[in-house]
Amino acid sequence: MNIAVPTREQREAKLEGMGCKRKRVEDIRFTQGKGNYVDDVKLPGMLFGDFVRSQYAHARIKKIDASAALKVPGVLAVLTAEELKGVNLAWMPTLAGDVQMVLADGKVLFQSQEIAFVVAEDRYAAADGVEAVEVEYEDLPVLVDAFKALAPDAPLLREDIKDKMIGAHGPRKHHNHIFEWSMGDKDLTDAAFATAEVTTKDVISYHRTHPSPLETCQCVASFDKIKGELTVWGTFQAPHVIRTVASLLSKIPEHKIHIIAPDIGGGFGNKVGAYPGYICAIVASIVTGKPVKWVEDRIENLTATSFARDYHMTTEIAATKDGKVTALRVHVLADHGAFDACADPSKWPAGFFNICTGSYDFPVAHLVVDGIYTNKAPGGVAYRCSFRVTEAAYCIERAMDIMAQKLGMDAAEFRLKNFVRREQFPYHSALGWEYDSGDYHTAMNKAMEAIGYQQLRAEQAAKRAAFQRGETRDLRGIGISFFTEIVGAGPSRNCDILGVAMFDSCEIRVHPTGAAIARMGTKSQGQGHETTYAQIIATEIGIPADDIMVEEGNTDTAPYGLGTYGSRSTPVAGAAIAMASRKIKAKAQMIAAYMLEVHEDDLEWDIDGFRVKGLPEKYKGMKEIAWAAYNSPPPGLEPGLEAVSYYDPPNMTYPFGAYFCVMDIDVDTGVYKIRRFYALDDCGTRINPMIIEGQVHGGLTEAFAIAMGQEIRYDEIGNVVGGSFMDFFIPTAVETPKWETDYTVTPSPHHPIGAKGVGESPNVGGVPCFSNAVNDAFSFLGSRHIQMPHDHWRIWEVAKGLGLHG
Amino acid sequence: MPVIPAPFSYHRPKSLAEATALLAEHNDEARVLAGGQSLIPMMKFRLAAPEHLVDVGNISELKGIQRTGNTLIVGAMTTQHELQQSQMLSEAAPILKETSLLIADPQVRYMGTIGGNVANGDPGNDMPAVMLCLDAAYRLTSVTGTRTIKARDFYEGTYATALKTGEILTAIEIPVPPAGHGHAYEKLKRKIGDYATAAAGVVLTTRGGRITTCAIAISNLADKAILATDAAAAVIGTALEKPTLDKAIAAARSIMSPATDTRGTTEYRTSVGGIMVERALKCALARAKG
Repeated sequence: MNIAVPTREQREAKLEGMGCKRKRVEDIRFTQGKGNYVDDVKLPGMLFGDFVRSQYAHARIKKIDASAALKVPGVLAVLTAEELKGVNLAWMPTLAGDVQMVLADGKVLFQSQEIAFVVAEDRYAAADGVEAVEVEYEDLPVLVDAFKALAPDAPLLREDIKDKMIGAHGPRKHHNHIFEWSMGDKDLTDAAFATAEVTTKDVISYHRTHPSPLETCQCVASFDKIKGELTVWGTFQAPHVIRTVASLLSKIPEHKIHIIAPDIGGGFGNKVGAYPGYICAIVASIVTGKPVKWVEDRIENLTATSFARDYHMTTEIAATKDGKVTALRVHVLADHGAFDACADPSKWPAGFFNICTGSYDFPVAHLVVDGIYTNKAPGGVAYRCSFRVTEAAYCIERAMDIMAQKLGMDAAEFRLKNFVRREQFPYHSALGWEYDSGDYHTAMNKAMEAIGYQQLRAEQAAKRAAFQRGETRDLRGIGISFFTEIVGAGPSRNCDILGVAMFDSCEIRVHPTGAAIARMGTKSQGQGHETTYAQIIATEIGIPADDIMVEEGNTDTAPYGLGTYGSRSTPVAGAAIAMASRKIKAKAQMIAAYMLEVHEDDLEWDIDGFRVKGLPEKYKGMKEIAWAAYNSPPPGLEPGLEAVSYYDPPNMTYPFGAYFCVMDIDVDTGVYKIRRFYALDDCGTRINPMIIEGQVHGGLTEAFAIAMGQEIRYDEIGNVVGGSFMDFFIPTAVETPKWETDYTVTPSPHHPIGAKGVGESPNVGGVPCFSNAVNDAFSFLGSRHIQMPHDHWRIWEVAKGLGLHG
Repeated sequence: MPVIPAPFSYHRPKSLAEATALLAEHNDEARVLAGGQSLIPMMKFRLAAPEHLVDVGNISELKGIQRTGNTLIVGAMTTQHELQQSQMLSEAAPILKETSLLIADPQVRYMGTIGGNVANGDPGNDMPAVMLCLDAAYRLTSVTGTRTIKARDFYEGTYATALKTGEILTAIEIPVPPAGHGHAYEKLKRKIGDYATAAAGVVLTTRGGRITTCAIAISNLADKAILATDAAAAVIGTALEKPTLDKAIAAARSIMSPATDTRGTTEYRTSVGGIMVERALKCALARAKG
């Protein structure tokens, strides 16, 4: 019998390792409705909790009367701040060094704020109980306009800290001021502006929006009084951090707290923080001795747990007449809402906003961020972006377009003229970052050629002429964005959350038959870790990805890690996976050397095993080696084949990309059509091109939504306007444009496999691209900066303001 | 926060007589449940809290589409999906299918009914304007008998109609529009599933390229669907020349009073309301044969 020896290509294909468009293994259960989400957790005797929420944005609570609620059949308890004070949990610390009311303590500071927690035998009784709680309010003056927050006569919001003039990030200069954070060289920047040939200055606002994952925030808390153990199933992007914080707050020893994040239906930053619902469910379980489930509804999710953005960025660029940038100066008014609950690394109150020099070689720059309180929900999460990076990208990409317009230069040419050049990497930016790698000119030129940039501009010119002759009512806009992201927090020397350093981890156990289980400190919410992580291991140690089970989210079994957000999984945990794999490979090499009776230096790695150099027939595959590792290890070597790695990255990674949008706008209705959208992404080494493409599609769809209408707006008395899916813009397949994706590959020099993050790039780069397209459409008629969101009526308002309606 | 309805009793009668008897028994405390696409969300938000819900989904008398002479009779419990599937309706009055396809999304259209759409009195619904254009009539039945009322006399304001306590809208009678008529329903909306920012329906007939009859109605631009009679009068006898069109649009805009909401300001919605009328007129004229 003639047994065919598999070719190298067949052996590689069998692994489905890095570079393979491997199908997502998660989707087998998700597409059949067999996922296991928090709301699928049903325990015997489980109770349900539901919140009474504030109707007012700012009011004193005169009285809470729960007597009628307690008479509702099935209602067992109503928790208020008074009850929580008994266990010292009426307030909780935030990730940003502030404190936040768990339940309203004397006053409410935003509409939808949690006032009381009704615990009942089922959801229906809980809802009836909520309805029956009577709250007496005395309304107070409301502050919603960020630009009025620091006025001398602005209402005092935070009475609890009114005399505390030093906050978590230094001095506070007003009762509604949280912090001032500055970076860069003020004197050099001021000097550059003083002598600049051309300058621009614009207030570029990025409106308040929300990550709105498909699954809202929820948990089931179960306290076992006999064992003194607490188990919480919850929608947690960072389960270990939740465990540590829960232990510090509750004084329950950390080994007696079990945090389980099962399947999660999207996070986008919404599920990083700790919310009053978690605390109340835990307290209610301790009080009642029964498991308590809390599930947030959609309106609660949109109006109470974690908004994103709300940055008002006064942006100035200085340049020479021939189009070379000489300085950047940015002042940000950062609206944090009623409590500073931003989910940033603790030392970074404005996240990594100082990436705002973007892809351009600014010799000097200066940045000041003022954080302020208003009567809006707390949050400030990184909605599918690294910390405040999408705000920074929007700021610089809009400002670059404005300067190009002022200079009379083409926006693409202006960018090409000012890019950081390939030979400047690693590049030290004027605001303190060290960009690891990049090749911006190559990416931009490839993108411009692919989209047919010159042709597009010619078509636009023809359309504009036709518009001015009255032959069409459509305007064409061409949007450009060339973003640089900063992802992978982070080096623990400068990134921590409440003192917990931001490393990540991987543990791999190879079983005797050559299959393996791998566990990480991250937590997928849809990113496809079960698929891609296995691919890294497959390439590193030659075990087929199908033979590797990836498990995350159970703090009892997973190694300690900081979770998934800010595109950190591949840069940090991905590196830990490679390093753990290499430890296994090193041991496997010792075992293979013993089996083949050669010195380990005589072996070379060959796809899925070791081969003796120069004697290709002498080979041991990983399957055989794994068996030997357990059952006949070399003398003196411990049995087993497993490894753990905790990886603290030396730097962050800096993905980048070139995006183009072609948009037509009907000036009479404000209705727009996206004609084309092209996205070139460079995320270094590509682990699974199909998953990258999916990530880009999803991020671009969110970017499209945000730029074109997705908004959490407040009226002048602090009512949330449009806080449901009736108004909050979630595009369907009908509205979503067709995406054209492309790539270049510039590996990260410091990452073990050269990979950078990618999940968030399309949101970061997409928003300015859409907004620049709208702005570009009107620019020839004299408009300068049009604020987002660009929904129909606001586009119409722009046309009207320009006198286009006759 | 509850998104769970207040407690209620649920009834699922098998006949119209049983249903009207239940309504007579419970009066103001009862609500008729048709497809549930408006009422159930209102109940979940506790904006509506009927003590008795009378589900008429199991009453065969309320189903079906027939043609009797020059009248189309559409049972109230006909779903939007069923309406779209009816070849007879699509041929006789194509504006019905065209409009139906612009309502919400397929999931809603599988459940939502034509009777619920027209009876609810929601100014954001699309079908009332179409019924005004077609000069349809509604059959209303209670324990005391059945009466018929013109759609043009039915709407009184937001959620306010001529439907009396105890009555069920059982069927819609639609006069078959003349062969060769032109029609259009133009709806501007933010996204699939949304109510109209502004919408307008037109049904017209022509002779020699000139408009002989015309009905125009608008949706979500006032507290109810309204017939734009002056605008329609302005175009009769014309071939929609520019001055005529401008006059009709101005007349239509003069009766619009949309609220400023998340879809736009009163000014914006009135402005695009006029554009919807313009587009519907042009489209209907282009389709008309005669």
